[in-house]
Amino acid sequence: MSIHPVMQRLAEKLNRTDIPAFVPGDTVRVQVKIKEGEKERLQAFEGIVIARKNGAQGSFTVRKMSFGQGVERIFPFNSKVIDKVEKVRSARVRRAKLFYLRGLRGKAARLKEVERA
Amino acid sequence: MSVTGILGKKIGMTQVFDEKGEVHPITVLQAGPCVITQLKTLAVDGYDAAQIGLVEFVKSSKVNKPMAGHFAKSSAAPVKMMKEVGIETAKKSDGEAAQDGVKAGDRVLVDIFSDEKYVDVIGTSKGRGFAGVVRRHGFGGGPKSHGHMFQVQGSIGASSFPSRVFPGQRMPGHMGVDRVTVRNLRIRGIDLEENLLMVEGAVPGPRDGYVMISKAKAPPRERRGFAGAGTVDPLKASKKASGKKK
Repeated sequence: MSIHPVMQRLAEKLNRTDIPAFVPGDTVRVQVKIKEGEKERLQAFEGIVIARKNGAQGSFTVRKMSFGQGVERIFPFNSKVIDKVEKVRSARVRRAKLFYLRGLRGKAARLKEVERA
Repeated sequence: MSVTGILGKKIGMTQVFDEKGEVHPITVLQAGPCVITQLKTLAVDGYDAAQIGLVEFVKSSKVNKPMAGHFAKSSAAPVKMMKEVGIETAKKSDGEAAQDGVKAGDRVLVDIFSDEKYVDVIGTSKGRGFAGVVRRHGFGGGPKSHGHMFQVQGSIGASSFPSRVFPGQRMPGHMGVDRVTVRNLRIRGIDLEENLLMVEGAVPGPRDGYVMISKAKAPPRERRGFAGAGTVDPLKASKKASGKKK
């Protein structure tokens, strides 16, 4: 079903626009806001984007290896938790969802890096 | 001062984040613009109300002569649908002048909800056709395997006594296309440019279905620590006082 024109215009108003373009395979650093009592600080979550859902309620999944343990976080694009997203590097991948990386470790889980604007 | 309701259309659902960062499901409603097509007064009709109509394109050939006459009275353009809504009298002492502020031909916009927190929405639910008891009444259904039927009702009563089926026995039948009221949907946003009202939660009916939105008839009482915490229960207060005396 196509999107209602009113919903389209509303989404343009509500969605945040400060997140740069990136695709699955890219490595991103997400600055996550963390509340500790009253204070708020930033924590970076850096990893490979293995999935991206588009649309008004889109989200993206970032996977990283943390002390030999795979960790994935799903961020909604409009989430208030995200302070900033930086693209670190890009890699050549041949599919939109990189779930196969979950089954791979170490050298096998590497992606071939490419230059992309 | 103003009317208590407005007509609109369900546009669709999406989600928004609030200041705390929590996500809320919202339904986007196109509320109005509406126009007051007739004023009912206590003197003439026995009650006070305003008849409002949803301003939307209506083919002139679709307007029959009686309705054309009705629209001509308020010198309004033909409207899509009409409903009666209540009129709010101003709370201030100059109420007389305020009530006269509503007149036929006035526009009713979504800004009538700008001071409100909750709304009630009336819509027509989606049609389900002839539905069985599991879907219609939430029956448990039968075992799914071992040669059983799945969604049958089973027994509808005892045999020789009472030798009849009690009235009100829930059975398969037509479901949906009913007038459904959802009360106390929290307002999550108002877009005055596009006449949009965003309410939290679901609204009956399909997309592009017509709905009537009104100010909440019985908004939920504020929880402790908010407004309303100052109200004193006389019974409890007297108990407290007597306890202190001891």
